[in-house]
Amino acid sequence: MTSIPLYAQLINLCAAVILLLGFAMLAQRRVIQLVDLFALQGFMLFLSTLVMAYKTGQHHLFYSAGLTLALKVILLPLILHRLIRQLHIKAEVEAMVNIPTTMLIGIGLVIIAFNVATPISLLSSTIARGTLGIALATVMLAFLTMITRRKAITQVVGFLAMENGLFLAATSATYGMPMVVELGIALDVLVGMVILGVFFFQIRDQFDSLDIHHMEKLKER
Amino acid sequence: MDFFVLTLAIPLVAGILLSVLGERAWAPHLNVFASAATLLSAAGLTAEIVSHGSRFAFGEQFFIDSMNVFFVTLTAFVGLTTSIFSDPYMKNDRSHGKLTPARLRLYKSMYQLFMCTMLIALTTNNLGILWVAMEAATLTTVLLVSLYRTPASLEAAWKYFILCGVGIAQALFGTILLYFAAERVLGETGTALLWTHLVDVKGQLDPTIMALAFIFLLVGYGTKVGLAPMHNWLPDAHAEGPTPVSAVLSGLLLNVALYAILRCKVLADGALASDFAGNLMMGFGLFSLLAAAFFLGRQKDVKRMFAYSSIEHMGIITFAFGMGGPVASFAGFLHMTMHSLVKSAIFFAVGHAAQKCGTQIMEDIRGLKRINPLIGWGLMLGTLAILGMPPFGIFASEFMILTHAMKFHPWATPFLLLGLGVAFAAIFAKVHPMVFGESEAKRLPHAPAITPVFVHLGLALMMGLWIPPYLTRWFHEAARMLG
Repeated sequence: MTSIPLYAQLINLCAAVILLLGFAMLAQRRVIQLVDLFALQGFMLFLSTLVMAYKTGQHHLFYSAGLTLALKVILLPLILHRLIRQLHIKAEVEAMVNIPTTMLIGIGLVIIAFNVATPISLLSSTIARGTLGIALATVMLAFLTMITRRKAITQVVGFLAMENGLFLAATSATYGMPMVVELGIALDVLVGMVILGVFFFQIRDQFDSLDIHHMEKLKER
Repeated sequence: MDFFVLTLAIPLVAGILLSVLGERAWAPHLNVFASAATLLSAAGLTAEIVSHGSRFAFGEQFFIDSMNVFFVTLTAFVGLTTSIFSDPYMKNDRSHGKLTPARLRLYKSMYQLFMCTMLIALTTNNLGILWVAMEAATLTTVLLVSLYRTPASLEAAWKYFILCGVGIAQALFGTILLYFAAERVLGETGTALLWTHLVDVKGQLDPTIMALAFIFLLVGYGTKVGLAPMHNWLPDAHAEGPTPVSAVLSGLLLNVALYAILRCKVLADGALASDFAGNLMMGFGLFSLLAAAFFLGRQKDVKRMFAYSSIEHMGIITFAFGMGGPVASFAGFLHMTMHSLVKSAIFFAVGHAAQKCGTQIMEDIRGLKRINPLIGWGLMLGTLAILGMPPFGIFASEFMILTHAMKFHPWATPFLLLGLGVAFAAIFAKVHPMVFGESEAKRLPHAPAITPVFVHLGLALMMGLWIPPYLTRWFHEAARMLG
């Protein structure tokens, strides 16, 4: 077996930790810890992007690493923590499916993700091609987190974790998207968070709770 | 000044002005004025494209050709008529105490910004920016859907935000895959997401990646188009938001999302050299048509029913573009135009009717013809037009789509006919008693704006009888771009 260069190993390590954190988020019952896990995932993403940038010498990857650090590790978790404090959200997250079952479904999703990604990562010429499967798996796990949780805020954290997975895909399969696109995506995420903040207060004023099972009136009868 | 820059700048500046200056007596006029100015500059841009051919703007970041300039004009036009319609509508809502000045300010500024994001999405050459603009279009309308702050509207907005967010995340993954495929051909220069560059090398893009990318893009943007089974957000958002928002969501946003799919389909077709993309679109289209048709009969809320009708029509259009070829694409473009005009006209009429009767429940809306003959007849004619009755334009496009399907995809014809028939029975049976029959509704403080309804219906009627030659050329040109 040929030895893998240190850079690639580092990136693979980061990616593996990101996937692990995806599972941790799936299993986490407390909302504050969930946000912390999300911040940690963002930090690993920052590290892997930084290693990638250092290795390839692509300037815009440094910028996007900085963007990740500022947005996903510092700003968004801060906003989320503030929201949790101000809205007095109870610590416990109620899952709709019990946690062990969710974990099993998660494992199934990871296998599917790897199967889908294999033919593509074979074509990738970048140093981090093994991570494409992990990226897709992270997206799927975040999706599962969103589906199985009742609280509006956990759905949002799941949504943001999905964004992390997508970002990992962008940096691992390619050398990151063009800068203008990345800036646009970052802006969208930030504006989305601000709108959500406003929205949370509206929901709470209306329902006295952020539990989304109050919001199941609109359906086909 | 450049017409293109003006077209994008006017709504942006107007949106910022309206949010900074707040709700003043002249704010509705500024809203209408800005929309009119946008339409004028869009018309100027169209004249320029028609006479000089396609062009770039801001380096190669924006690209305007005969396909998207047509959508730009349509968007600006419906934007103008909706702003005219919304003036008395919103004033009535305010005097009923449903809205505060702060929310009216939010509405007007977001309305203009929403126009701006849609115009950016339509004209950008960069598929990444297209994604960003589509997401921004969702963000600008989320708070509009929950404008009334009722529990139902908050729920609808939440659903809209989360479902479209997840959907659009799939589209981002598709865009990343597309970029990945393109980067192998075009290199790591910044051009690998520019559509014009991608079209030049579309035959060299890796088919495996492109197939996967197209699936993600279709599911992602398809969520915004409202294709079944990703359509759940659409009826709620249309029914619970203010009517002007329903009109632009249905008449414009769905079109823009479909436009994004069409751009991607051109690339996928080139790379795959098979009908994979087309077949996928035909499948989703037929399924949406049938699913929506069967849900139509169960609706009680009038806006919800017409939202399902939008899903049905988007299904038909997606099916038409899926068949491909000059005739079907021509019919697809015609149907998109007709649906935008007629559906927004219906929402205008329904909005006034619901306001007059104080409810959106169809059983409680009766005798519109007596209360206000113009609204009553507007709704009746609009309904006949959307159901594909001759001589309106939708008849022409549906006829073309049907005959084309019979010729090349005969298996699909029974499903198409079934969907259209069921939809006809369901909608007609419900609208008929709403228009005719007895009623005891009161007068509204602000007289409704009826003109937009009849302008739209008049255009739909004209297009059914006679399509102006330059428009025909334009549709042909656009259909040719799709290959």
